[in-house]
Amino acid sequence: MGLLDRLISRRAESEPGPGSTPREEPVFATKALRKFVACLASRESPILLDLGTAVGSNVSFFGDHLGCKIFVENIYDDLERHIAGGTLDAFPDFLKTRFTRRVQSVDGILCWDLIDYLDRRSAIALSEQLSGLLRPEGALLGFFGTAPPRDRFYSKYVVVDALNMKHQAYPAARGRQTVLQNRDIIRLFPSLRVSDSFLLQNNLREILFRKPAWGG
Amino acid sequence: MWKRDEAVRPASGQSAAPQPTPPVTVGTPSPTPSASQKLESDIVNIGKSVVIKGELNGSEDLTIEGVVEGTIQLRDHVLTIGPNGRIQAQVFAKAVIVLGQVSGNIAATEKIDIRDNGSVDGDIVSPRVAIAEGAHFRGSVDMQRKGAQAPSASAQKPGAQPPQAQPPEPAVASGSAAAKPPAVAAQRVGA
Repeated sequence: MGLLDRLISRRAESEPGPGSTPREEPVFATKALRKFVACLASRESPILLDLGTAVGSNVSFFGDHLGCKIFVENIYDDLERHIAGGTLDAFPDFLKTRFTRRVQSVDGILCWDLIDYLDRRSAIALSEQLSGLLRPEGALLGFFGTAPPRDRFYSKYVVVDALNMKHQAYPAARGRQTVLQNRDIIRLFPSLRVSDSFLLQNNLREILFRKPAWGG
Repeated sequence: MWKRDEAVRPASGQSAAPQPTPPVTVGTPSPTPSASQKLESDIVNIGKSVVIKGELNGSEDLTIEGVVEGTIQLRDHVLTIGPNGRIQAQVFAKAVIVLGQVSGNIAATEKIDIRDNGSVDGDIVSPRVAIAEGAHFRGSVDMQRKGAQAPSASAQKPGAQPPQAQPPEPAVASGSAAAKPPAVAAQRVGA
């Protein structure tokens, strides 16, 4: 087997096919999660909104160790459903009525890398909703890619501990839409301020937003 | 030289079908029941074809493979919702294992375990929660440190909405949420 064959076979093994089980990636260090956790830990019975898939270890970490009440609202699933149904045009309007929790009732939001998968209208609709849901001094953790959109998969982020995470790739109907510049990300959340921003070794940008004490 | 073992082959002309087993007398216990037989008798099953609507109370472990709508209360026992189980109910139990589908809130004093292919649409309250890799969950998780406080059946009507910690208020309005005045921001309601 030649070098090229070996490279091709290795690449084929590493790419998840449709319907395949999630592919687990190695653990990577996170900088912003610790600060996000610290924000939640300073609150009594914090309310956490998780926009991704329900992950058992994340529920244990935030629910058992931090005493959070966790609301799982899997927007990735909603996006998949709209893609499958050919109703992506209606997705921004859907997002405007998606969340039934009242204004300023959430202490922390795990946005993961969801915004990378949205078009501009949907991203604006979502960011408006999330900004409104957050309590003053609440925190929103978002991940943003730096590589051009290429692959069609989502990442399921699994918290190992406050300093380490890993992600599992699973198939998506469409890939990341664009690489957002930092200024574009900040403009999406005009009522929040960037508390911390990190570029990780795996080229993932972690941005921690905080809502000002006066409520934005 | 290579002789086959003819002893295990059926005689020529005879069918290879299994011989009928002698009939089993139902309801006649053996003189000395084994431990496994006793264990089986302690586990109650609701079969696939059974549909229950209303209030289901019990004081023994229960496995549901059928359909239940209403309320299920097994305060000191384990409820298992089998792969074929379809539950539309408020559930209160010591421990709940979900392999089928549940639409409704679950409160357990010890543990809720949503296994692979199990599905829960509702709010869960339990000091320990396990969600398997292939499980579906949509709702909220409240891992009370002191254990779940299971409300009485009379307080929970079948199909009733889960008790909310906060009074209902308008949902987030598009574009206006961020501009709420500080007076509203100062309101803090515990979980």
